[in-house]
Amino acid sequence: MFGIISHKLVASTAGGSPGQPILRAAVLAMMSNYSTATKQIMVREALNSALDEEMAADPTVFLMGEEVGEYEGAYKVSKGLLRKYGPQRVVDTPITEAIDHIINSAAKTNYMSAGNINVPIVFRGPNGPAAGVGAQHSQCYAAWYSSCPGLKVLAPYSSEDARGLLKTAIRDPDPVVFLENELLYGESFPVSDEVLDSSFCLPIGKAKIEKEGKDVTITAFSRMVGYALKAAEILEKEDLEAEVINLRSIRPLDRSLINNSVRKTNRLVTVEEGFPQHGVGAEICASVVEENFNYLDAPVERISGADAPMPYAANLERLALPQVEDVVRAARRACYRSVPTATTA
Amino acid sequence: MAFWLSKSRSISSLLGKRIGLLTILHERNKGSFLHSRRDGVFRYKNSPEFSTKSATFSATGQRFKSSKTGEQVELPSSDEDDDENQAVDFPGGRVAFTSRMNFTSESSGKRIPCFRVLDDNGYPIAGSIFEQVNKEVAVRMYSGMVTLQIMDTILYETQRQGRISFYLTSTGEEAINLASAAALSPDDVVLPQYREPGVLLWRGFTLQEFANQCFGNKADYGKGRQMPIHYGSQKHNYFTVSSPIATQLPQAAGVAYSLKMDKKDACVVTYMGDGGTSEGDFHAALNFAAVTEVPVIFICRNNGWAISTPITEQFRSDGVVVRGQAYGIRSIRVDGNDALAVYNSVRTARQTAINEQRPILIEALTYRVGHHSTSDDSTKYRAVDEIEHWKTAQNPVSRFRKWVQGNGWWTDEDESEFRSNIRKQLMEAIQLAARKEKPPIANLFTDVYEENPPNLVEQERSLGETIKKHPQDYPSDVPL
Repeated sequence: MFGIISHKLVASTAGGSPGQPILRAAVLAMMSNYSTATKQIMVREALNSALDEEMAADPTVFLMGEEVGEYEGAYKVSKGLLRKYGPQRVVDTPITEAIDHIINSAAKTNYMSAGNINVPIVFRGPNGPAAGVGAQHSQCYAAWYSSCPGLKVLAPYSSEDARGLLKTAIRDPDPVVFLENELLYGESFPVSDEVLDSSFCLPIGKAKIEKEGKDVTITAFSRMVGYALKAAEILEKEDLEAEVINLRSIRPLDRSLINNSVRKTNRLVTVEEGFPQHGVGAEICASVVEENFNYLDAPVERISGADAPMPYAANLERLALPQVEDVVRAARRACYRSVPTATTA
Repeated sequence: MAFWLSKSRSISSLLGKRIGLLTILHERNKGSFLHSRRDGVFRYKNSPEFSTKSATFSATGQRFKSSKTGEQVELPSSDEDDDENQAVDFPGGRVAFTSRMNFTSESSGKRIPCFRVLDDNGYPIAGSIFEQVNKEVAVRMYSGMVTLQIMDTILYETQRQGRISFYLTSTGEEAINLASAAALSPDDVVLPQYREPGVLLWRGFTLQEFANQCFGNKADYGKGRQMPIHYGSQKHNYFTVSSPIATQLPQAAGVAYSLKMDKKDACVVTYMGDGGTSEGDFHAALNFAAVTEVPVIFICRNNGWAISTPITEQFRSDGVVVRGQAYGIRSIRVDGNDALAVYNSVRTARQTAINEQRPILIEALTYRVGHHSTSDDSTKYRAVDEIEHWKTAQNPVSRFRKWVQGNGWWTDEDESEFRSNIRKQLMEAIQLAARKEKPPIANLFTDVYEENPPNLVEQERSLGETIKKHPQDYPSDVPL
């Protein structure tokens, strides 16, 4: 179900990788909070505008996948692109689903070919649970992809993230896995004029502090950022100020920002929708324990999805996924505000 | 997953709902354009309302240089076919009905014949029509085959002696290697499996360059990253060998798509074995190549064995050639041990692929004389005299030699002189390669990404420090 955006593979020139776009001066948004935003756009519009702008700027960028052309995208993310750029650049393809080529070919080819065959491709599409779609349509693959050297893995949350990260991903010469979220496509976020500018890009490997705090660090990505922010609101009423970090980039992970935050707050809660074992949170906890063991005032807390294939029934699905209350409870535990309950074995 | 019709997307997005298959079953009628649209019936060639190109219902919906799919499955029309009861315009084209329930047989009974032009003794078969190769090309092809033979023998031994870790031979498949290479132009992009070093040899890769890769030394174009025989060369348009089976096939379809986009006068040639055609990637590759209409030649070296799996346990079809039609791909079966037949079929395939922008499938029948690799002992699963038979009576090298010598272009003296020259050159290349420095440790960290990420920069720095502190624990002949 992934649409693939790629520079065409130009095979036979000596030296270098021709066909790479000249990087225009990118406006890197280092702001840590929104400037006065006058416009609201949906995540799907943000993605669509990013695709549109990058295709307009660089004629070697093209989109291929199932439903991307005539159907305008399974989630309408590529709306209008076929009409604007034609069937040579927006290519509907038959179906073939295989993770092997992402991990064994895309991730490793530049290395194995000693830099002769580069893979400037973006694999994008929805990742993780939606609502009531069952086991085979709900898994979060962030941890899987992020364990592969050679890949870059991004997970946007807001419309600003979606625009900035997708534009950077398309311009990046390495293979990028771009993990969107079906339930976020229809959500609107405020965006500044800077974000709407066609040169707006967000750097890969940099997380964002969505809300500053001093008592506990909560890391999250994609939809869970929204949950973490809601949890932070609840915690504020209890005089606990949580610092919410939107990871944006799962590989490479912004270890220094996370560690700086924990040095300030001394407590860590990681949140993700994926399975608990070997998850993104596990890597973050390991990094913090290795770098800042002496700064931790409490054991690290991980909130994740249940260790079971996703059930379909709505009540079971709710129980299998992190809820805002779970994040709140974990933060309280990290701050010794409640008796630690035994987590699931 | 709901049945999704390739042409109905724009209709359904207008209607705002998915159209089930049953609502489309509808007899052809001469209703109005709008009426037929709502029913979701798609007319192809015979429709008065619109031609095939507008069948997508939007001006920009034309497939990139699409052929008229409806026509391809069009049956020879007769007046009787116009009778409403005898045919229906299902999605994909008109199809005639029959009242006799008839399962198409699992086999056509008769095997697809195998194209050859030289008999077992290297004589042109009477009545065969083929493009001759001139003396220069013939001698170059033949000497390439001999070089490949010698390379295989000596490098195999080198592995046996423990000087390289691994090797795999192309013994018995020299004709496929050299003849297919000779039929291509240098601009054609090659995506090999791993038993096609002869193609690289033809294009000018030297014995020294082969040896360097096998020894993984500083001069290896692969920077010492891969095990032996995983050759690659950008300047020779030969994609780096990648071990997993058949992964190169869908990649080849993609590379061909880029050639098509650039309107290049070139095609892609990709190779696989019989075993590779069981992989999912084979099927995806052929289907994609056919649908996107790209210039790629799929050459299957059907050599009878996939490690220890014989053909009889690999598939139940008549080999690989019959699979092409299943994907709408023109195919041919050729005697892989007949260099001229291979040359001719690849030449024609190349012209067709480029001029008509379509994929071609070639099944070259041959035999894997050697073991699968140095990690295999094939006498454990096949008869020694079977191997001997193919090594001698059906040897492609001696068969082509007979033809070349028959034309007066090669002599026995040429043979012994050439063989001893190559042997000498190769031994020298191996000595040099073995003595050469190993690649610097810095290569461990580069090319993971375009630019080294901070964690790898740090690891490299830290490793450098550790080596400085404990030099006795590290090999002295490996530079940093």
